[in-house]
Amino acid sequence: MSAFPQSVLPAKVPRPRRSSLRSWRWGDRIVYLLAWFSGLSLCLVAAALILYLGVRGIEYVSSSLLFSRPTAGVDQSQIGGILDPLLGTLLVVAIGIVIATPIGVASAVWIVEYGRGRAGRVLARAVESSIEVVAGTPDIVIALFALTLFQLGAFGFLSFTAQGGGVYGRSFMTAGAAVALLAIPPVFLATRDGLQSLPTHQREGAFALGKTRIATIRRVLLPGIRPNIGTGVTLGMGRIIGDTAIVFLLLGVGASQRFDFQGATPGLDALRGTGSTLTSYIYSTSPAGEGNAPQKAYAAAFVLLLMVLALNAFAGFVSGRGAGGRMSFGDRVRFGAWA
Amino acid sequence: MAFPEGTTRQMFKSQRLHDAAQEIPPVKRIVLDRPPTAVPPPVLDGDGSPRRRPAVAGPERLRLQGVSVSYAGKAAVKDVSLSVHQGEVLALIGPSGCGKTTLLRTLNRLTELTPGAMRGGSVLLDGNEVHELADTELRARVSMVFQQPNPFPMSVFDNVAFALREQSRKRPRRREIEPQVIEALRRAGLYEEVRDDLHRPALRLSGGQQQRLCIARAIALRPEVLLMDEPCSALDPRSTETIEQLIGELSRELAIVIVTHNLQQAHRVADRVAFMYLGDLVEHGEVEQVFRAPVAPRTRDYVKGVFG
Repeated sequence: MSAFPQSVLPAKVPRPRRSSLRSWRWGDRIVYLLAWFSGLSLCLVAAALILYLGVRGIEYVSSSLLFSRPTAGVDQSQIGGILDPLLGTLLVVAIGIVIATPIGVASAVWIVEYGRGRAGRVLARAVESSIEVVAGTPDIVIALFALTLFQLGAFGFLSFTAQGGGVYGRSFMTAGAAVALLAIPPVFLATRDGLQSLPTHQREGAFALGKTRIATIRRVLLPGIRPNIGTGVTLGMGRIIGDTAIVFLLLGVGASQRFDFQGATPGLDALRGTGSTLTSYIYSTSPAGEGNAPQKAYAAAFVLLLMVLALNAFAGFVSGRGAGGRMSFGDRVRFGAWA
Repeated sequence: MAFPEGTTRQMFKSQRLHDAAQEIPPVKRIVLDRPPTAVPPPVLDGDGSPRRRPAVAGPERLRLQGVSVSYAGKAAVKDVSLSVHQGEVLALIGPSGCGKTTLLRTLNRLTELTPGAMRGGSVLLDGNEVHELADTELRARVSMVFQQPNPFPMSVFDNVAFALREQSRKRPRRREIEPQVIEALRRAGLYEEVRDDLHRPALRLSGGQQQRLCIARAIALRPEVLLMDEPCSALDPRSTETIEQLIGELSRELAIVIVTHNLQQAHRVADRVAFMYLGDLVEHGEVEQVFRAPVAPRTRDYVKGVFG
C-alpha cells in the first residue's frame, strides 16, 4: 500500500499545540466571542420561533380547521376553519409566479444575451436599476400604487365594478399582479447569474451549428440553467407567501372572509372576487385584528411557517446545496429526463 | 484490461512510438523578436495549388483572398490568401497568438460575435461571399468543432438531433430523424459505444467521447467544410488517435481545416500546411514540402526537428 517502508513513518504525527484563547490579543478575543454569541443567538431565535409556533400551532391545527371554511360569528375562536385563506395563499402564489416567471426570465435573457452594444448596455443598466428599485420598494407602497392603478376603468375586467361604474380594484387578479412585482427580482437575478455563469463555448457551439440566437437560448441556454431558474422561482414564491401589505390592500382581510363568488361564471368570478390569504388571516385573528382568536392565528402561522420552510428547503435542494456528496438535486433536475 | 486485442494494439503503438522517437527530435523553440520574413503566397490558379494526392482532392470549397482581421483596431490576421479543397485536410500551424484560431473562426463568421472585430478581404464559399449568406446557412455548411468538448446539457441523442432540428419550420419527430442521428454517430465512430443508451446525458461521456459527439453533431447536417480548433488538445493520446483516424476518414467527403499546435499531428493528418506567424501567412504548401523543405527561414526555425 504505502510507498514508504513502515519504519520511515513517524510513530505519531506531531500536531501543533492548540493555541489557547489566553494567548490571543484582547481585540481578537472580543471579536471571536462576539461572533460566537451572534451566531448562537440567531440559532436560538430561530429555534424559539419554530418551537413556540410548533407547540402553540400543533395544539390547534386539526383536519377540521384545515378543511372547513371561515364562518361569520361573534366568537371567532369557536367557529370556522382556515380553508379559504389557505386556498387564497395558493391562488395568489400561483397567479403571482405565473406572471413573474416569464417576465423575470425574459428580462434576464435580454440583459445577458441581447443587451450588447452601446445602446444595449445603457438599456441593460436601466433595466437592472429598475429591478433594484422594485426590489427595494416597500410592499405597502407597491400595494398603494397597484390599488390606484387597478381602480382605473381600463382594468375593470380584473375586479368587480360598482353600480355607479367605479372599479373596485381589489381581487385575486389585482393582488396576484401586484405580488408578481415581489417575485420578479429573485427570478431575474437567479436567471441572470445562471446565464452569466454559462461558458462562452456553449453558446458558440450552438452558433457554430447554424443555430439562431433564439434557438440557442431556448434549447441550450435555458435548459442548462434550469436549476437557477428553479431557485429563483422558489425564492419568489417564498416572498409572495410571506407578503401581507399587498394582500391587505388589494385582496381583503377579515377572519370570516370567504372566496367571493358573484356573477355567473364561477371560475373567473372567484379570480375577480376578493378573499384572504394566511397572512391577512393571521393579522385579523391576532389580538390586534377584529377577529381576535389567537389560537387560530397560531394555527395559521404554523401552517404558513411550514410552507415557507418547505419552500426554502426546496430552493436549497434545487440550487444543489442540499444534496452533498451524491448527485445534486440540480443535476437531477437537469438530467432527470434521461438519467 | 489485458484483452488480446488491446495487447497487440499497444505493441503496435509502442513500436510506432519507438519509430517516432527515432525519427522526430523535439521541436526547437523559435526566437520571437526576429522580424518575420513573409514569402509571397503562391499564385492561385483555377484548380488550386499542386497537391500531394490530386486523385483524392475534389473541387475548391473555400477561397480566401487577402483576408485581414482586426480586433478593436489591432491586426490579428494580415492579408491571408488560401484555398481549401474538398477531400483534403489543411492544417494551420504557428506559435500561440499568431492568428490561426482567428482565421479559422472567420471562415464561419464566428469572429463577428466578438465586439470590435473587423474583417477585410473576401472569403468565398463555392464562389459566394460568406457575408452574403445567412449566418445560419453558412454555419450549417461550414461547421466547427472546438478545442474544449462542448456538448449541450441534453442526452446524446438530443445533442445530434438538435443540430438537425429547427432548420425546417416544422419540428421533425424523433422517429423521422433517428436514422440521421445514428448515421452521424456512426460516422463519428461513437455509435458502437453509446448504442445501448442513446438517452444518457452527454455530459456523462468521457472527454474523448464528448469530442466525438461534437464531431457527430457537426457532421450531422452534412456540411461541406469542417473547421477544427485544436480538437485534440484536451484529450488523452488514445482519444487523440481515434480522432485523427476519424479526420482521415471524414476528409474523403469533406474539406477539413484544422488548427493545431502539435506539429507531429499536423504531419499525420494534414495534406497541406499553412504556417502563420504574427498574423502573416508565412508559408503554405504540401505537408511534405513545408516540413521537409521550408522556403522561409521562419518556417524552417519553427518546423525544424520534425524531421531530423
